[in-house]
Amino acid sequence: MLPRAEFVHWWFATGFLIIGVLLLAEAVVGEEVWRRRAWRAYLWPSFAFLLGVLMWPVMVLYTNSAIHMLAHGSWAQVMMLSGAAELALVRGKLHSRYWRLCTVLAFVVSGEAFLIHEQNGWLYARSAFLHHAIGWTLVLGAIFPLLRVFRPRSASFQTGFALVFVVCAFFLYCDRDTAPIFGHLSPLAGAPHR
Amino acid sequence: MESQYATEAAARSRPSPRVITIKLIGPLTMLAGVAWAFLQPYRLTFLHPGGKGFWWLLSEPPLYVVLVGLGFSLLVVPGVLDDLGEVEDAAAG
Repeated sequence: MLPRAEFVHWWFATGFLIIGVLLLAEAVVGEEVWRRRAWRAYLWPSFAFLLGVLMWPVMVLYTNSAIHMLAHGSWAQVMMLSGAAELALVRGKLHSRYWRLCTVLAFVVSGEAFLIHEQNGWLYARSAFLHHAIGWTLVLGAIFPLLRVFRPRSASFQTGFALVFVVCAFFLYCDRDTAPIFGHLSPLAGAPHR
Repeated sequence: MESQYATEAAARSRPSPRVITIKLIGPLTMLAGVAWAFLQPYRLTFLHPGGKGFWWLLSEPPLYVVLVGLGFSLLVVPGVLDDLGEVEDAAAG
């Protein structure tokens, strides 16, 4: 029997929180200190890649419509691309800073996928609200990885980049299959549960 | 001890803002998880496991948040503090 969709959201929220905390620590101490131990430098790109890999079974097992399958499939691909590019940059296999644009792409594609595959309005149910909120957070938050391409040592941009993951983790932890949002729940959404 | 050396030694023993911030990330994350558990105790299904299936009992989101903070504090922070101390000592000469 499959776990409920909200459980899967919480597991991915935990992955996002791990990435956010690691990036925040890197922003605080700076790249020089953070990369003094190789395993530490590999941590967040590895988690990003792993989340991309784990998105494939989600795509296969939670396909309740073609648009859901396309959204989950695109997340899987861009998260793996972003994680792989950042890993290769840390490892020294890639050298151009413009490879960091893969992470910008991942943010924009993921945000768009959230917005496009959510067919209901903001106040249809809490999950609909959170899909819109996460989508816009990622689309607007893409400014931080973009600025990070040109100013990789900026603590402000690095902190903003980290906080986007933390905010997304918060939203994902709030996710429920059918629950009201600010007192609203569409009668079409189904029986509410807390 | 001359006052100049005493002042320098005291400044060196005082943790830098970066050290304090790194030490705070884990506990603050754990605190967020604990606060969530108090606000929504029904999210911790192991506290009232009756009638709950495997997935419900596995899904304890406030506990996940606490574990992220704990794991970060125990596995990542000690090494970061060692390296940060070396870099700051080298910079101080």
